[in-house]
Amino acid sequence: MSVILQVNNLSKQFDTIKAVDDLSFSVNKGDVYGFLGQNGAGKSTTIRMLLTLIRPTSGSIEIFGKQLSTHRHEILSKTGAIIERPDLYKYLSAYHNLAIFAKMSGLKVTRKLIMDQLDMVGLADRSDSKVKTFSQGMKQRLGIAVALVHNPELIMLDEPTNGLDPQGIADMRNLILQLSHSMGKTVIVSSHLLSEIELIANRMLIIHKGKKVAEGAVEELLDPSKTMVLIETSNNNDALGKIGLLHPQWPAVIKGRFIQVNMDKSLVPQLIGELTGMNISIISVQPRHSLEDYFLSLTNADSHVEFIAD
Amino acid sequence: MWSLLQIELFKISRRPRTYIAFIAIAAIVLIFQFAFKADGKSYMNLMLQSVQDSFDMDRSKAINGYFMCYIILNTLLIQVPILVALIAGDAISGEANMGTLRLMLTKPVSRTQVMLVKFMASFIFTIMLLLWMAIMALLVSLLIFGADDMLIFRVKGDESQILQITKDDILWRYFAAFGYAAVALTVIAALALLLSIFAENSIGPIIATVCIVIVCTIISNINVPIIDRNVKPWLFTSYLVGWKGFFYIGTTPEGQPIPGSLENWPAIRNSLYILVAHIGLLLTLSVIIFKRKDILS
Repeated sequence: MSVILQVNNLSKQFDTIKAVDDLSFSVNKGDVYGFLGQNGAGKSTTIRMLLTLIRPTSGSIEIFGKQLSTHRHEILSKTGAIIERPDLYKYLSAYHNLAIFAKMSGLKVTRKLIMDQLDMVGLADRSDSKVKTFSQGMKQRLGIAVALVHNPELIMLDEPTNGLDPQGIADMRNLILQLSHSMGKTVIVSSHLLSEIELIANRMLIIHKGKKVAEGAVEELLDPSKTMVLIETSNNNDALGKIGLLHPQWPAVIKGRFIQVNMDKSLVPQLIGELTGMNISIISVQPRHSLEDYFLSLTNADSHVEFIAD
Repeated sequence: MWSLLQIELFKISRRPRTYIAFIAIAAIVLIFQFAFKADGKSYMNLMLQSVQDSFDMDRSKAINGYFMCYIILNTLLIQVPILVALIAGDAISGEANMGTLRLMLTKPVSRTQVMLVKFMASFIFTIMLLLWMAIMALLVSLLIFGADDMLIFRVKGDESQILQITKDDILWRYFAAFGYAAVALTVIAALALLLSIFAENSIGPIIATVCIVIVCTIISNINVPIIDRNVKPWLFTSYLVGWKGFFYIGTTPEGQPIPGSLENWPAIRNSLYILVAHIGLLLTLSVIIFKRKDILS
């Protein structure tokens, strides 16, 4: 896989706040690259730096093998983006909005080009309607048409499911998968809806307070050996002591009414057997292996130990 | 660049607020014309009170299309900067407010191009406004009141003067005056555009532009020697009404008007230089600041 985007030691300081701190990562051609973080983690700032909307304080960005700072025009002509909301000219029609941005992308605008693009996102019959009459989902679809009208190789979507209803979210997920699998596009998608990223991304980056917390293939980061199990017992304190004694290699803590154990999911039946054998009643067991738990377990930690899984 | 300018002009033409300025100008001009048609004689009697006996022009002909246009321009060119600020002040801040600025800047267009195009569009809007004023104030006035020699009332030093310009010597002066006004108003557009970079709401730059124009106009009218010498020559507001210079006709030592002449062309030329320098400075600053600006909207 060839690297399409390479970020090295990227930082951005706003007055006293370091929004992005020494961030390095790479995206391969054809990846759906999930960019995860809580609100304020630095995702949008990073994506805006990738699109030259924000000037980095330090670091370098290379896209399509060229420095962004010196090849901005060339790189942006092969890049499409939606940043947060799909804000468009509300007083203009869908047709005119798309025609304006197509022209800005350097295309020779024809009615066929615009109508084909509107048809692709299901808005051909509303081409003459003003955007101010559109629902959030329709605006999002028009935003996608704007981002894709010049057939970009790299697409950056910052929080693309914001404000969408469940059907809209599902449509967006399908579109991203289609862009990657059927059309061979590289997609960078940021979100705090981790379950969405889990479903679409093949690689991901997690950032917290501007710093990289984890980067790698999603399936690696979801390795069963890193599963967290929540166990509710008749006597949690006693059970915690027993687990520490039997399996000191499994970090375990009491969280509310549960004992949280970081262990291999396949060993859960063995643990249950051991605890019941010691007269500890098991009330519930919840193996947690979603990316969200992993994400939360990392970002809730005070220390930031970098984890790389390739 | 041309296609970007086309886009910009298209966007301006589709915004309802663009037409507020044209409607405002038409309304004011029509009110003036109606008032002078109904009772212009009283106004003229008042103005000619001091020279009643010595002035030999037929008073009924004094209120004519050329004279009306001069009166209207005297009033309107003070308010037009607000109308120019309405569009130029919205140029960047309006896009930031709508969220389209970030989308626009992710396209392969340079920020310098965007800023220059915004400036050119504001300039074209200013020209359109002035053309509209020319149609309403000059053409319509000529149709209503007819053409004749024009009287200019002027206070020079401690004395009041009345200048008379023959009707065949007037039209070129209006062309020149409108040209000068275009340069003067373009300074306002460049200022509003600069302020527009700093805001994400168009009200702020529009109000800030108007406030700066008001404060600078007040300073331009303060008669304190130290300000006269050191501040006024550099304030653009000192030159906003310089268009009047085209109606101050040159005279012979005996005080006879010389057709086709100007009393002080070098002063008008220097005013234009200073206004153009202001435009250059404000536009350069706008480009530099906009290129370095982080787009957070």
